[in-house]
Amino acid sequence: MTLATFLIQCLNALQYGLLLFLVASGLTLIFGIMGVINLAHGSFYMIGAYMAYALAPVVASTFDGGFFSTLAVGLVLAVLLGYVLEWAFFSFLYEREHLQQVLMTYGLILVFEELRSLIVGDDVHGVAPPEILAGTLPLGEMMTYPVYRLFISGVCLALALGMYFVFTRTRLGMMIRAGSTNREMVQSLGIDIKFLYRVVFAAGVAIAVLAGMVAAPVSSVYPGMGSTVLIICFVVVVIGGIGSIRGALVAALLIGFVDTFGKVFVPQAAGVLVYVLMALILLWKPDGLFKAG
Amino acid sequence: MRDDPVLLRGRDITRRWGGLVAVDKVSIDLERGKVHAVIGTNGAGKSTLINILSGEIAPSAGTVELLGQDVTAWTQPRRARAGLGRSYQRNTIYPTFTVFENCRLAAQASAQRPWRWWSAADRCPISVPAAHAAARRAGLEPLLQRPAGLLSHGQKRQLEIAMCLATAPQVLLLDEPLAGMGAEETDRMLALLAELKTGHAILLVEHDMDAVFRIADRITVMVNGSVIACDTPQAVRTSPAVQSAYLGGH
Amino acid sequence: MNADRGKFLFVALCFVGLALYPLVAGKFGVDLVTKIMVYAVFALSLELLVGSTGLVCFGQAAFFGIGAYATVLLSPPADPAALAWLLPLCMLAAAAYALVVGALSLRTKGVYFIMVTLAFAQMAYYVVHDTPLGGGTDGIYLNAKPVLGSLMDLGKPLVLYGFTLACLALTFGFLALLLRSRFGRALAGIKANEQRMRATGFSTYPYKLAAFTISGGIAGLSGFLFAVKDGFVNPELLSWHLSGAVLIMIILGGLGHLRGALIGAFAFALLQEFFQSEAIFGAFAKHWLLGLGLTIIASVALLPRGLVGVMGQLRERLVGGKGSKESVDA
Repeated sequence: MTLATFLIQCLNALQYGLLLFLVASGLTLIFGIMGVINLAHGSFYMIGAYMAYALAPVVASTFDGGFFSTLAVGLVLAVLLGYVLEWAFFSFLYEREHLQQVLMTYGLILVFEELRSLIVGDDVHGVAPPEILAGTLPLGEMMTYPVYRLFISGVCLALALGMYFVFTRTRLGMMIRAGSTNREMVQSLGIDIKFLYRVVFAAGVAIAVLAGMVAAPVSSVYPGMGSTVLIICFVVVVIGGIGSIRGALVAALLIGFVDTFGKVFVPQAAGVLVYVLMALILLWKPDGLFKAG
Repeated sequence: MRDDPVLLRGRDITRRWGGLVAVDKVSIDLERGKVHAVIGTNGAGKSTLINILSGEIAPSAGTVELLGQDVTAWTQPRRARAGLGRSYQRNTIYPTFTVFENCRLAAQASAQRPWRWWSAADRCPISVPAAHAAARRAGLEPLLQRPAGLLSHGQKRQLEIAMCLATAPQVLLLDEPLAGMGAEETDRMLALLAELKTGHAILLVEHDMDAVFRIADRITVMVNGSVIACDTPQAVRTSPAVQSAYLGGH
Repeated sequence: MNADRGKFLFVALCFVGLALYPLVAGKFGVDLVTKIMVYAVFALSLELLVGSTGLVCFGQAAFFGIGAYATVLLSPPADPAALAWLLPLCMLAAAAYALVVGALSLRTKGVYFIMVTLAFAQMAYYVVHDTPLGGGTDGIYLNAKPVLGSLMDLGKPLVLYGFTLACLALTFGFLALLLRSRFGRALAGIKANEQRMRATGFSTYPYKLAAFTISGGIAGLSGFLFAVKDGFVNPELLSWHLSGAVLIMIILGGLGHLRGALIGAFAFALLQEFFQSEAIFGAFAKHWLLGLGLTIIASVALLPRGLVGVMGQLRERLVGGKGSKESVDA
């Protein structure tokens, strides 16, 4: 393979890995802080992608908005959705056993999938990237690389840095980290833990939805995308260590590279490689690569 | 079998968590027929020590010898099968099983025979009589058919001991067996422990000072992970080092 | 003792009912109940793991699917295979994968275990879906159903019904014996408090691995029966939605009780027929998963002990106060 091809695959791997990280970080955050395993997390990603497809014409006709306006509208809707969902449904799951959480969120997946089917249908759709980002950059003498993929990586990196900043430098981040290790103490300090959880959950949902929206032009919009991304996120969390954001990043990038280069060198086994990777890491470290925190 | 009265020997046991030293070069001997109490303030390292002796945590350094064998690398189940019994500070009984089943299941550890899938556990010729014996010794005979979750706190602590006894161990590691007990229950438990002394080596981690001084043959005092005294109760009570560090002028 | 007698009677009546059912049912009924009985064997396999040992496995479909695929792949292309060696081999194939998955996943705990079992099932799914081994998304046909010499031809619906019923009864009996044996009681202890079991002297990992492997083998049996019944296998038999479905069955029926698996399989199949009925739901019938999803959420929220526990729950509501103790039983 030439240097340019290699570079392209590296950039692809990076983009895929960063996108995975974004979705997985929401999952691991919600579990690490609130102790809820949410199978429906993949559905938020799917909702984001379908929103990118379905909202675009609405936004265009109502106030002549383009891609970025659709993103903004989608984000607002996602935060609202997350807020309402936490209040109406997830807040009842905090005290329950993992098995019950698994089943109830599994039921939620079915509900989301069918609602989507009813509202938007089951067809596969493409979403066009915005004009400014639709071009390509030259790479070496003969190859080019789509600008939009760089945009995706950029957005994911920016969000990752933003999360890091919020967690380590702001009061909110401090409260969140405190709340995850000692709920009662945080409550006795007068901090409204319910509100805190709602904020964290809404943020997790919004991140997953945004990831879906941003990824739509590249991955296209299809019914099974929620399940696919959910299970890969599980692998990310298992490899990275549950509750660890750093672990999710390392694991997501690892998976991004293994998957991308796997598809190039061993196309028939591509789907299985990620799980083989997981099996190998489990042999070495049953609790994942990093501890929570 | 050697005639060594020391059944469990811990030598220079050390445990570090990152920069923190939880247990610092602690040595302890448990002799047959004696109760050896370990006392100390919260955070002194008593729980870590008992966890290392039982096999739940590996030490950073040091050795544990059980009945003459070096068991430092052995897992907890293996040590238990070799004759090391352990009770816990918080009840670890099975609340939905009957008192009898609690004892029987514990006794089953000595004769597991898992491959005989057709034969009912309730007719096991080894665990059933062993369970009766253990329950009788702990004074729980009249309560055999009651679900363990419905027992009083004191009765649950007795059951915790009974489960320990059901495997016929030679060494008993008891972690705060008197926790949360009233005066009468404490007396009953101490009588049981006194009776158990013969034939067993007992390690007793306890906070109830009166009880400790009543029953212990030897006391180890721990402060901040180190042993500051290991002597007879009388010597410990009058030791100035212990008084200033722990007893606070008793 | 009365309660145990009642449970035994209930189960006995179920089997008698199932045995007599073909006398009154038509072809469709026999076919449907055969399918339900296959699901019941599948549910029993998971009950051993989740209900009796406390291991929440979200990848049971892998063992089911492997059993089904082994049936088709090991059968000769045109002639019927001999039941005597085909059936054990299929169970063995499923159990072998369970042994590998179990060996790796049982070192993990809690929520990890759920995720890892799901991931390993997905791995099997991709092997079957992407590689030529599994015939791809089109699936493979079973051209001739296995026979036991000239005694039994599983190609005949009534014979298959009887054979499936026999498998269900034997599986139920085997698990009932297993659970009251020393091995079964050890599993119950592991479910109740694994740390206490270890402190007492049980090495818990081999027990859990054995339970996992046996469970995989039984799931393989149900996969075999399914492949024989439908004559066709495709990768969706390893889909995680099937893993979810069988988990729902045992929750719906009631965890911790073998008869809960029976009840749950029936209830699930009936729910499926209900929600898919165009007569009741018209155009919504193809969105039957919506009804199922809502039912799952409602049943977990409102029926914590499943259908088995409904009587107890009602009694508690009417009489007020705590009901009788929960016993370890079949």
